[in-house]
Amino acid sequence: MSQYKTNEEGFYGDFGGAFVPEMLYPNVKELRNNWQELVEEPAFQKEFQKLLRDYVGRPTPLYYSKNLSARYGAKILLKREDLNHTGAHKINNTIGQILLAKRLGKKRIIAETGAGQQGVATATVCALMGMECVVHMGELDIARQAPNVARMKMMGAKVLPAKSGSRTLKDATNEAIRDWIPNRKDTHYIIGSVVGPHPYPSMVAYFQAVISEEIKWQLQRDFGREHPDTVLACVGGGSNAAGAFYHFLDDEKVRLVMAEAAGKGLDTDETAATGHLGRAGVLHGSLSLVMQDEQGQIIEPWSISAGLDYPGIGPMHAHLLKSGRATSYAVTDNEAIEAALDLAKTEGIIPALESAHALAALNQMAFRKDELLVLNLSGRGDKDMEAYMRFL
Amino acid sequence: MNKQQNKLQALFSNNKKEENPKALLSIFATAGYPHKESLPTVLQELSKAGVDFVEVGMPYSDPLADGPTIQKAGEKALANGMDLPLLFQQLKSVRSELNFPVILMGYFNQALQYGLEKFAKDSKEAGVDSYILPDLPALYYEEKVKAVFDAYDLGVNFLITPESPDERIKYLDQLSAGFLYVVANPIITGQRADFGEKESAFFDRLKGLNLESPLVAGFGISDRETFAAATKDCSGGIIGSAFIRALKGDNIPEEISDFISSIR
Ligand SMILES: Cc1ncc(COP(=O)(O)O)c(C=O)c1O
Repeated sequence: MSQYKTNEEGFYGDFGGAFVPEMLYPNVKELRNNWQELVEEPAFQKEFQKLLRDYVGRPTPLYYSKNLSARYGAKILLKREDLNHTGAHKINNTIGQILLAKRLGKKRIIAETGAGQQGVATATVCALMGMECVVHMGELDIARQAPNVARMKMMGAKVLPAKSGSRTLKDATNEAIRDWIPNRKDTHYIIGSVVGPHPYPSMVAYFQAVISEEIKWQLQRDFGREHPDTVLACVGGGSNAAGAFYHFLDDEKVRLVMAEAAGKGLDTDETAATGHLGRAGVLHGSLSLVMQDEQGQIIEPWSISAGLDYPGIGPMHAHLLKSGRATSYAVTDNEAIEAALDLAKTEGIIPALESAHALAALNQMAFRKDELLVLNLSGRGDKDMEAYMRFL
Repeated sequence: MNKQQNKLQALFSNNKKEENPKALLSIFATAGYPHKESLPTVLQELSKAGVDFVEVGMPYSDPLADGPTIQKAGEKALANGMDLPLLFQQLKSVRSELNFPVILMGYFNQALQYGLEKFAKDSKEAGVDSYILPDLPALYYEEKVKAVFDAYDLGVNFLITPESPDERIKYLDQLSAGFLYVVANPIITGQRADFGEKESAFFDRLKGLNLESPLVAGFGISDRETFAAATKDCSGGIIGSAFIRALKGDNIPEEISDFISSIR
């Protein structure tokens, strides 16, 4: 068995598990008992693959970037998750989970969202499937992310303000969990990243694994390679990285690299680099690395990129870091902006701010001659134009 | 169990021996609420008012299992500057005047970051008798936590709900230190509970299991009526949100005596 997948109780090494109150136990148990069997059914796979192709627009290209390659002296390929419907990798997971929800007989979908990308990806699949959709979103984020709130509403979702705590993503997640407790019978909770209680981290990773599955055959077909030397992805909760790493986890020849948001710097209070600064703790039902003070109170993180602005990382990533299987680079707000402006100019691709962190990490890395690196370009930058405009 | 009874177990077994056992009343109070220095007064007044046992809430930034009232109280307490060292210090300062068991209630991460060993040691020194940590999974507790807490004679009381299967309830019964915390409806704190047919069926099922631990009803008890209904089938009931709402902080002794006399 892979040492980078969970054991029976949902632990990746020391991290993971289901730290949930008894009231949530049946919810988690229902998923845990059923998800794997349901998704492995041929009919599920057929529907999932068809939607990924015809609705999401997969496979996404694996694009050889001549300009980046020349600059870094490595062979740099961009996995174009930005070309997915709704503009990011998030929809791979929401498609998978809504098909699962249907098979579990659920009528109502809830989700949490920070910047709104996960909310939009969830509202999208709910519209597609005719399911009721409720998105919990921090009151502060609702004010900051008006266009995505409008998108969700346009697709028929109800956006509920989370008014507790710091009124941001972590509190929206708490509210979604609280919503789920009394409503299990008809409600499925679509968590947007590889976080939360077991089985969410493994389930979301499974749905995102399509990214590395494609990388594998595209490398073979177009570049005659069995595997890349390095895979690089940004990490908020960790779902796009989990998807890009998935089929290479046990292939120790492949270097796995994460880019985290240092915000205004690792030595400031305004940072979200959990892999660097977090300590083992419990957040949203799993034991992982968490940004917290000495008393275990969760610290509100900071990143210019709303998708990386989360005080935890998935338990798989905590394990990958602790075991030395993966390394992490911390990228500041300014470095990410610069990398985004640069990619737009040199390649004609405007990346999401999150993905720009992965691009900026290239500057910190050393490469062997002719090293082949796949960078997961997790999303496009349309949603970030307001941030970019300040630098034009 | 041939071990010596702890205070909490003694409370239940002594009450049971009475000719007319009473419904045990428990109150949940957030440390540091409404004011930073309120806890000692609150505990003294609860003791005077004849409350049978108390949960002291450790305020937390991310209280997953709590409703808006307890969330808000926790936020206020944190803003007031409450933390665990201060909580222990305040509890210790009045512990000898309190004639009831004290249970510490909060989230596992708080104990984990404080250091499990130090958490147990400081709890013991402050006069804590037991814990409720709703997000601590039973299996993890057994494997990683129990031995540390046991060394200080501190146990954990687990939650059960109508959706908990028989086998699981029996397992949690064996693992619980003093009582089983019955959440009759699958709800978070602060919502009004119904004690109707479905709940009766649940309590019938519990009777059939011949559990060792006494049952205490929690979540959704807010007044005389819900307390009476909840303790029809349980040895006691815990009131949290309704108490927090009554505790304005202008005159704590009066607020507490009025509230408790409105319940029983
Ligand atoms: C484009 C994009 N990339 C990355 C992320 C970060 O999430 P994760 O680490 O789960 O991939 C987000 C989250 O909203 C996103 O929108």
